[in-house]
Formats: sequence, C-alpha cells, structure tokens
Amino acid sequence: MSQPLQPPTGIPDETDRLMGRRNFLRSSAAFAGLGALAASLSPLRDLQDYTSVDEFVQKYYKEMTPDDMSKVIKRIEDQVQRQYGIRPHVRDLKPMDGVEFVYCLNLTRCIGCRKCVHACVAENNQSRNPEIQYIRVLKLPHGSMDVDKADHLYNPPAVPEKGYFYMPVQCQQCHNPPCVKVCPVHATWQEKDGITVIDYDWCIGCRYCEAACPYWARRFNFTKPDIPKERLNPNMAYLGNRPRKQGVMEKCHFCVQRTRVGRYPACLEVCPVGARKFGNILDPESEVSYILREKRIFIQLKEEMGTNPRFFYYFEK
Amino acid sequence: MIRAAKDYLTFLWRCGRIAFVGDWRYYAWMGGLTVFCLLGLHAYCIQFVHGLIVTGMSDEVSWGVYIANFTFLVGVAAAAVMMVIPVYIYDNEELHDLVIFGELLAVAAIIMCLAFVTVDLGRPDRFWHLIPGIGQLNFPRSMLSWDVIVLNGYLLLNVHICGYLLYSRYQNRKPSKWFYIPFVFIAIFWAVSIHTVTAFLYVGLGGRPFWNSSIVGPRFLASAFSAGPAIIILALQVIRRVTQYHITNKALLTLRSIVQVSMIINVFLLINEIFKEFYSGNLHVASSRYLFLGLDGFHALVPWIWTAIAFNLISMFLLILPLSRSLKWLDLACVLCIVGIWIEKGMGLVIPGFIPTPLGALIEYTPSMNETLVCLGIWAFGLLCYTIFLRMSVPILQGTLSKSNEHLPEPDSGAEPVAAPAPH
Repeated sequence: MSQPLQPPTGIPDETDRLMGRRNFLRSSAAFAGLGALAASLSPLRDLQDYTSVDEFVQKYYKEMTPDDMSKVIKRIEDQVQRQYGIRPHVRDLKPMDGVEFVYCLNLTRCIGCRKCVHACVAENNQSRNPEIQYIRVLKLPHGSMDVDKADHLYNPPAVPEKGYFYMPVQCQQCHNPPCVKVCPVHATWQEKDGITVIDYDWCIGCRYCEAACPYWARRFNFTKPDIPKERLNPNMAYLGNRPRKQGVMEKCHFCVQRTRVGRYPACLEVCPVGARKFGNILDPESEVSYILREKRIFIQLKEEMGTNPRFFYYFEK
Repeated sequence: MIRAAKDYLTFLWRCGRIAFVGDWRYYAWMGGLTVFCLLGLHAYCIQFVHGLIVTGMSDEVSWGVYIANFTFLVGVAAAAVMMVIPVYIYDNEELHDLVIFGELLAVAAIIMCLAFVTVDLGRPDRFWHLIPGIGQLNFPRSMLSWDVIVLNGYLLLNVHICGYLLYSRYQNRKPSKWFYIPFVFIAIFWAVSIHTVTAFLYVGLGGRPFWNSSIVGPRFLASAFSAGPAIIILALQVIRRVTQYHITNKALLTLRSIVQVSMIINVFLLINEIFKEFYSGNLHVASSRYLFLGLDGFHALVPWIWTAIAFNLISMFLLILPLSRSLKWLDLACVLCIVGIWIEKGMGLVIPGFIPTPLGALIEYTPSMNETLVCLGIWAFGLLCYTIFLRMSVPILQGTLSKSNEHLPEPDSGAEPVAAPAPH
C-alpha cells in the first residue's frame, strides 16, 4: 500500500459501473448454474442402501481369506435381517472333491407344467416384482428342434397339448462357457464341480455375458429385487441364492446351496413326472452316468456352438 | 523445473479462462448445451437410483441406444486417423494445420464413448474392478477388457499429441519431433485397433449369428471412415464461418475424396452382407429378416434401416457426382452420410442382434424418454467439450493466445474470434 488511496469522489465513474454490472451478471450466472446443478442431482435423495464402505472395498471372491469371508457373511446376514426381519444361514460352500454335476432331462416325459420354474423362483430368492425366472419352458411343434418355432407364452387350460412337446431351458453349465470368457472382470467362472457361478458383489453389470450366452440363461436385476418377507428362503449360499442387488447378473447355479450338501435341485424335486435327473458324472453308479451310458439318443442343445453343455436332453417312455 | 511448471499452469489457466469468454452466439450455444447436459445428468441420477428399469432394455434386448451410440462414436474417434495419414505419411500440405481439429474431435468422441459405457453399467460404483492391479481385468480373454485398454490408450495418445503441439505453438517453439511423431504413428495403428476391437466385441459372440460374421469388422472401418471425416468437414465449415481461421476449399475437397471412397466401400460391403444373408435362405437369418423386412408382424426397425440405406445411397451418389465439389452439396452429402451411418451402425447393428433371442422369443425394444435424455445429455457434453477445445486451440494456432502476450491484459469479452462446432 505505497500509493495513497484516492479520495472518494461520490460519483461512480463509468468503468466502475460497467465492472459492477459485469460482476453482478457473473455471480448471478454462477448462482443459477449451481442451482440448476443441485436440481439435476436431486433424484439422488431417494438413494438408500446402495452400497456401504465395506461393500465398496470388498475383495474379489477368490482373493478372500477365510477370515475375510466370515466377515462378509456376517455383513450379508445382518443386511438380510435388517431388510427382511429373518436371520438367514449363509454359507460359503465349496465344490466337493470327485464330483462333477450333470443334468439329464427326459423330453418324452416333460408335460410343460412349469412347476420347475416356480419352485426355482421360491428356492433361489429371485425378485418377484419384476419376476426373474431361471428356467424358460419352450413349447415346440412335433418334429422340430428349431427354437425359432417355440412358443414361450403358452397358457392353455391343461397341459400337455396334442401335437407339441415341451423343452425346459436353463443354464446348461457348459464346459466351454462363452459367458465366462467375455466377462471383463472375472465376476463369473466355472468351478471344479462344473457349476458356473457369479460373485454378485463383483459383477459390474455390463451384461456382456447376457449377450454372449447362446441359451438365454442369464438374467439381470434391472431394479432392486422385491421379495415378500414371508417368501424368503433363509438357507443361503454366497455363490448361490443369497439376495442379489440392483444392477447385477444372476442365473441357475444348480442350487449350490442344496447340491453341494448332497441334496437335489429344487426343480428336480418338484417335477411331477420324473423328467429330471441329476447327479455326479464321475460316479459310474449314478443315475446320470447310467443314462449317458445306456440311452441310444441324448442331445446337447445347440451342440454346434462348441459350448459342450453338462445339460443333456434324452427321450424315453 | 518450478519455472516450467509455473509456465504450464499459466498456460492451463489462460486456456481455461478463454473457455468462458466469447460473443453472444458463443454464450447462447454453450448455455443451450449446458441445459441439455443438466437434463441428461438429472435423467442419469434417476437411472442411478432406480436401476436400468427406467430404460427400454430388458433381458431379451439387453443393450440399447447407449451401446449403439458408443459403437458409432468409436468410429468417429477412429476416423481422426483419416486426416493424420495424408498429413504424416503423404505430406499433404492443405490438411497439415487442420489435423489437430480431427485429433481434438477424437478426444471429444472418446470422452462420449466412455460416458456411454459408464451409463450402461448396472453397478457404476464398481468400475474399479476394471483397473489392472487393483481390480481383476480379464485380459486378454474378454474383448471388453481389450476395449477398456485401447479406448483409454487412444484417449491418452491424442491428449498428449494435441496438448504437446498446442503448448509448443503457445510458447512459439518448434515441437521436438521425438516428442510427438512416434506417438502419431502409434496413434494411426491404435485408431484402427479401437474400431476393430469394438467390432470384435460383437463378432466374437458365437450365439448371435447376426454379429458372428467376419464382414462386421471391415464394415465398421468403412462406415467410420466415411462418417468421421464427414463430421470433420462440417466442423471445419463451422470453424471457418465463425472464426478468422483460414481453411482452404482444397482441404475440404481432400476430405471429400476420403468420404467418397469409404462410402463406396461401405455400400459394397452392405450389398455383400445382404446377399449372403438372404440368398442362401438358411435359418440363421431371422435377425436380418427382422431388420430389413420385419418378422411375424414385428417391424419397428424396418423404416429406420431403409431410411439409413436411402441416405447412404443418396450420399454416395452426391459424393461421386462432381456436384459435391460445390460445398453446399458437399454439406448435404455429409449430413446424409452421418445420419445414415448413425442409424445403421447404432440401432441397425446392436438391436437386431438381440431379436429374436437365442431361444426364439420376439421382444422389441424402444428407448425410453429417460434413456433418450441421458443420450442427449452425453451428446451435449461431448459437443461442449469439443467447443471448448476449439475455443482454446483456434487462438493458439492463430497466435493471439501465446506466451508472448501473457502479461498483456486479458481480453474480457467477444473481441476475439469465436469457435463453435458443427451440429452433428
């Protein structure tokens, strides 16, 4: 401050006036801009339970120590209890040694009743609204395996209808799964027992796997899953039927929460005609080994894709 | 060292400052774009909270206009190379000073691409799972991981080349060749790779016969190399109208011949594709049938694809005729080419791949209002970025913004030439 201040003249000079107006315009523009920005961000006020710090920094499934995993399981159990009022039993079930699962489905027997579809939804805690189903039953005219001729929405008073057969399709648990190959973050992989699983806490929701699957077996949570409290199945597995979050993929996992402790999948148990057979292909005494050894005809869906499914369709009275 | 950093910060500060200065047309254009950006941001916040259910996508058609626009814009970004090749390989003088506008367009296009893939993610909060080192990038098996690498790499390359050349010009120094020529040549190959990798994203899916075809890659490049330079032609037309920057007719006509040849190749490949799909009559043509003719009473895309084909054909004939040496007709040909390819490479490529589903269900797709607003927001943001880049670079190239006039008082309003980009 070496220069003496100018004595105030009382009359603002022209430049001051212009500068003042410009500054005023500038600050009003800045305020209006900030206001508009705040208004644009306002929908975020409805955001609840999106993610927590623990979830955000959670490690990849294959890199978790047993200690990490027990913490994660406790977090999941707490969350489910908070949301549904039920304390679930969540387990991290590993594949069993000497076991490789295979599914066989008898197309001659299937009557298209869709009981498997609904048993699956109940067992695996799928969202009811919008409803996510892992199994799609195709109604096909006699003599054709061309899925472009399939009716997905058949709804007659009684099944089976004359002149048609029914083909339930779910994840085929391929030996060479395109979904695993395309996933950019290893969020889905094939386990030792042949089941392709998803780490729901690692999936980024790009839906590339959904585009890659030739069997349309994968489903996306387009919004927050909605399961009525009284319908929740509390017997859960980390890679299986624990409730999913908005924005991640899910699909059939051969009911890991059941099959890895020696039980049958829910779709098999409910089937009224015994069309579904499930078991360990490495055990020569198992039913599936018998079917694949003894039946003259069994097929893999879209065999020409080279996916080599562990899901076989056969024909037998 | 400190002095260099200080100089660079002054440069950035002055560039940032000039982005907020212009005449009334500049303010109106930028204000309008900002409004659209904010509308898009608002729509995205709604989607972030409620999930992708607010879009028109479903388990049947699981990618929509986001990925469609992404695919188109990768092509636009890759097309910058069509200005770089004549300049750096064939020493074309006319295009020499203009090449930077193409590279800046590539930067803006990649920014839009990254925005479009981000809004398509179900869990954008988990983006870090893609970062090598801390995440689990499935490289080299997943084509999407290749795309992450090539797109970000291309962005860095172009930011480096443009930034270095502009800063050298600002300092009135001759750029050191070692510092940018190698990157220019890497960028040429890289540009081809970004669009090839994006094509492979689709081509690699054996379960989708519509995409699983070796012609998709070449068609991607042919269409990109016509739509991209067409956008650059329109951008240059705008630049030379609203600024004093000198752009010769000859430069525009050089670009015209690039668009012309690429468009002829593109139409030729289209004929190949249509012949192969329809003549053999096997069962895998359901998607093409849906796209071009409609299938079982579903035909939402039919009017779109025929519009696209008509635009491409008209544009090709205009470009072949000497008529388009007149710049008005050239502008028209470019607009038709851009719109035609946007439809064809976007909706026309992505959506039919999902219809019918691999299990034969026919579910159609229409983008929702919210989804459309998000798209408009991203386009507005991209245009905003490109306008700012031009606003900074034109005065630098003209020498009105340089180190030598650093200490002079800053111009405060529309006294300076103003740049605005082309309406894409």
